[in-house]
Amino acid sequence: MIDNHILAPIFVQLFTAIAQLMFWRKTVTQRFLSVGGSIIGLLVAIRLFTRVQADGILTMNAANWDAPFGIVFVADAFSATLVLLTSIAGVAVSLFSSVSLSRQRMLYGYFPIFHFLIMGLQGAFLTGDIFNLYVFFEVIIISSFVLMTLGGRKAQLEGAVKYMAMNILASMFFLTGIGILYGITGTLNMADLALKIQLVQNKTLVGITSCFFIIGFGIKSAVFPLYYWLPSSYHTPPSAVAATFGGLLTKVGIYALIRVLSLIFIPDDFTRTLLMGIAVMTIITGAFGALIKTNVRRLFSYLIVCHIGFMVGGIAMFTKIALMGTVFYLIHDIMVKTNMFLIAGLIRQLRGTLDMGKLGGLYRDYPKISLMIAIVLFSLVGIPPLSGFWPKIFLFQGAFEMHHYFFAAALIIGSFITLYVIAKMWSQVFWKNPPQEDLLDDRFAPMRPYRKLLMVLPILILGVVTLYVGLNAEAIINITDKISSQLMDNSEYIEAVLGDKTN
Amino acid sequence: MELLLVIIIGLLYASGVYLILRRSMVKLLLGIMLLGNGTNILIFLLGKITKGSPPVINEAYKVFQDIYADPIPQALILTAIVISFALTSFAIVLLKRVYALVDSDDLDDLNTPEEEDL
Repeated sequence: MIDNHILAPIFVQLFTAIAQLMFWRKTVTQRFLSVGGSIIGLLVAIRLFTRVQADGILTMNAANWDAPFGIVFVADAFSATLVLLTSIAGVAVSLFSSVSLSRQRMLYGYFPIFHFLIMGLQGAFLTGDIFNLYVFFEVIIISSFVLMTLGGRKAQLEGAVKYMAMNILASMFFLTGIGILYGITGTLNMADLALKIQLVQNKTLVGITSCFFIIGFGIKSAVFPLYYWLPSSYHTPPSAVAATFGGLLTKVGIYALIRVLSLIFIPDDFTRTLLMGIAVMTIITGAFGALIKTNVRRLFSYLIVCHIGFMVGGIAMFTKIALMGTVFYLIHDIMVKTNMFLIAGLIRQLRGTLDMGKLGGLYRDYPKISLMIAIVLFSLVGIPPLSGFWPKIFLFQGAFEMHHYFFAAALIIGSFITLYVIAKMWSQVFWKNPPQEDLLDDRFAPMRPYRKLLMVLPILILGVVTLYVGLNAEAIINITDKISSQLMDNSEYIEAVLGDKTN
Repeated sequence: MELLLVIIIGLLYASGVYLILRRSMVKLLLGIMLLGNGTNILIFLLGKITKGSPPVINEAYKVFQDIYADPIPQALILTAIVISFALTSFAIVLLKRVYALVDSDDLDDLNTPEEEDL
């Protein structure tokens, strides 16, 4: 079905950013525009989501060029769900950054760049053209470079060099892959590629091309041998920025991986084994990395890596059940990981440090906030019936069906270590008495009440969404079931894009 | 012509990868630029090079009758050049700032243990 409103989530962010550029250096106006724009974006995303639920896959041909020739935008259940989640995270981060960031950073254009970043994410989720996906990836990385370096402290710039080098390299791999893919098939439309790639005789060449995509998206989503840029850069920018990065940027790599593997390079035995090895190693190394970290944000960075492994493992099995697990975990992870970094920002505001050795006594001083944070931490660990628990059932079920006992073991180890580090963090940060009471720098107490509210509200919003995902799991399972059916059987997607031209 | 391009692509990729693996920040930057150029020529080559037949349909025909030069790779390269221009200029400014702060060109020096951060 043709529907021009698909582009609305992209344009809302674009126009918000442009409007903010007109109010350069007027940070109060920019804050209102940012929150307003994010809320409109959320409403538009909800509308798109309900339309896709009701009418099935929607498409839009740019400039009315017919499907394989022009650029096409596609909103299937998967895209629409991710657009919705991105919009929710966008509202939360926008609210949080309006009080948590220093005015200096806002003066140098934090808000417009933030909205360009969200625009890039929405575009990447909605596009149906592989080169357009590359362009939106570049929009994402150039905005993220600026956000990462904004402020210009030494640690930030050092992290940014690693981040920049690896991400540009990933784009090169991706672009090389696109070049070869165009050379062997002569098309860039993903649905058309799905059909044309089957006609290619030289299967080895197709396999090698798929490796370029796996490496490119692997760097972006931070999987085992390629993730070292993530823990050495994600703890450096302000917490609001780290929340956007941790919650959304690695996940767009996973999205692209799922999209490419489900449409173009249907995983063969080699790809499955490769991805499974990557997944197991990612879980193990990420979990072990988290064990030894004493800084809250570095610990969270390693947990991102660990949990990326869960999703890659689901992709590696590539059965319907396993993909349901992956997609459900993706939904859970976007909400929880964004929230984790917002919580890190709140802890820093409450205590002036993120070093677990110096922290303590938060539960004594702020019991209500601590209980709210506890719910999020429980969801992350996957205590039933919260949101982290359900996807793991599907992943286990998939692993046992396919006899991937190594992956099941890695899942157990990964979940157990997550539980251990989070329990350690809880006792250190919330229960323990702070070692040097007088050194603590509480910047939260002197804040005005509405600013306090704006700081806690985004965490509460994301926490409530997480609770909803966990407690109303049946609805989410229905959605993931639909998504994974569409992913396993791509004929619906292809038909929606190419329409009746095939018959 | 094809063979020449293939050799150039190989050289650009090889030297790009070699330079990226060095420890110097300037060489990292040059390596990224060379890799980008190599990728652009690769797209150009894989779009099947055709001499002297522009993609313009003869008035008498409804469809293309013979092999024509495909304009899409050129559009892709143009986009990629613009994007890599923006990325490279950002990278130059970033590396210049890092050099001013760290006072070293060595990538191994970028490990300031600064745990206290915002």
